[in-house]
Amino acid sequence: MKVTVDQESCVASGQCVMTAADVFDQRDEDGIVELLEDQPTEDRAEDVRQAAALCPARAIRVEGQSGFVR
Amino acid sequence: MSEPSSVLVVGASAAGLATVESLRRGGYRGTVTVVGEEEHAPYDRPPLSKQVLSGNWESDRSRLRTESALVETGAEFVLADPAVRLDPADRTVHTASGRTLRAEAVVLATGLRPKRLPGRDAAGVHVLRTLDDSLRLRAELSRARNVVVVGDGVLGSEIAATARDMESDVTLVGPQAAPMADQLGPRVAGMLGELHAERGVRLRSRAGVEALQADHGRVTGVRLETGETLPADAVVVAIGAAPATDWLADSGLRLDDGVVCDSRCRAAAGVYAVGDVARWHHEGLDQSMRLENRTNATEQARAVAANLLGADRPYAPVPHFWTDQFDAKIQVHGVPHPESEVTVVEGDPAERRFVARYARRGAPVAVLGWNRPKQVRARRQEVVETFSVPALEPS
Ligand SMILES: Cc1cc2nc3c(=O)[nH]c(=O)nc-3n(C[C@H](O)[C@H](O)[C@H](O)COP(=O)(O)OP(=O)(O)OC[C@H]3O[C@@H](n4cnc5c(N)ncnc54)[C@H](O)[C@@H]3O)c2cc1C
Ligand code: SF4
Repeated sequence: MKVTVDQESCVASGQCVMTAADVFDQRDEDGIVELLEDQPTEDRAEDVRQAAALCPARAIRVEGQSGFVR
Repeated sequence: MSEPSSVLVVGASAAGLATVESLRRGGYRGTVTVVGEEEHAPYDRPPLSKQVLSGNWESDRSRLRTESALVETGAEFVLADPAVRLDPADRTVHTASGRTLRAEAVVLATGLRPKRLPGRDAAGVHVLRTLDDSLRLRAELSRARNVVVVGDGVLGSEIAATARDMESDVTLVGPQAAPMADQLGPRVAGMLGELHAERGVRLRSRAGVEALQADHGRVTGVRLETGETLPADAVVVAIGAAPATDWLADSGLRLDDGVVCDSRCRAAAGVYAVGDVARWHHEGLDQSMRLENRTNATEQARAVAANLLGADRPYAPVPHFWTDQFDAKIQVHGVPHPESEVTVVEGDPAERRFVARYARRGAPVAVLGWNRPKQVRARRQEVVETFSVPALEPS
């Protein structure tokens, strides 16, 4: 899976870091999201999708399937 | 209850949409229908008092999901058709256009409606809850000279800041000693008041509003209880909002400043509530609670979806909200009771970068960051225990 973040939309809430601290971090200065890992391994997929869902600014994009079971 | 074969969500906004997505992420394959009153596809509200109001964002940017992401949920969205009645016994919802929708489980996610001042609204008087409200107010602010914001809670304070940034002449009127004092306590609210004053917002604290004045159907001023009149060509009324439960009046559900739920966010068998409209029992605090914030909409939706799928878990979050006013980004984890003792634990208030801890009777109840988002998040841990559900005694 491939992850991208939009630092311009990010509101620095830190939900992503609380959910997947090995993938996301925040800048010390202003708390804006930083990506630690843009291609997380499959075993991190669930948490990364969760982080994208919890992000109040919709600043996290996960490419690949939505993770919905249909 | 075992997994329902169909779920009907009433309210197509943050909490309703998050419920749908959490159900699908949880593997739910049943039929999902979402009924919404507004004609717009689900959009986000926090930008409505910030980037959308200022014009920095086009309204489209507040959309919660693209059309294709909505399609991917496999849910049917019935928009521009408000629910008007619920029969909880057979979980049937009737809509204004005459639809009758039935499902095995119903999730109520209808949010809030802004309170208004008594009397008929003159032109130039605004409330702010919806995208349409925000666009109307934006147009007004771009030509108004004297803007009066009535209500010094979080919404009123944000609107005052945004309007001031748009170069309007702004007065913020409210009953509190300083903006957001009931929410943040006197010390931090005092600092917020200083920031507003420095940026040119006129503050009328501890002031009661008696009436709006109008001439030929157009607002001209706000009369205070002291008899003084503040001239205004635009007035924003931000005096709070009430749960949108009018349509549930004869449903038999318990309504008391929200849809009353148990600790699982369940209002009746097969009926749940989520988001701003839900009042539930927080087991960690052992008290009834209703939250009006964006993070709660998503987190409670996740809890409701899990319980619909059979988890039977209490919802006991550490509440979290943020507000952006001028260059201040304030973030709070926990509930900063206004009478808490406040200690600065990091940074310097004089530099407007700090983290403060709120405690009551020795127990930490909240941490607040002012332009310190990363640092306050790292300290959230300090309040977690206060909100967690006590482990059961081994029997
Ligand atoms: C201007 C503004 C700024 C905000 N800023 C922040 C912020 O900075 N930080 C923060 O944490 N929170 C903020 N919030 C709060 C946050 O937006 C709310 O907590 C969140 O929107 C709640 O989501 P919800 O889905 O429960 O309710 P809502 O978003 O209110 O959605 C309810 C939906 O249900 C619909 N509905 C109502 N009645 C019916 C019916 N009978 N039938 C069908 N549909 C119905 C409504 O039209 C609405 O679309 C802000 C809110 C506003 C209004
Ligand atoms: S959750 Fe979203 S808004 Fe919050 S820090 Fe992460 S990317 Fe930014």
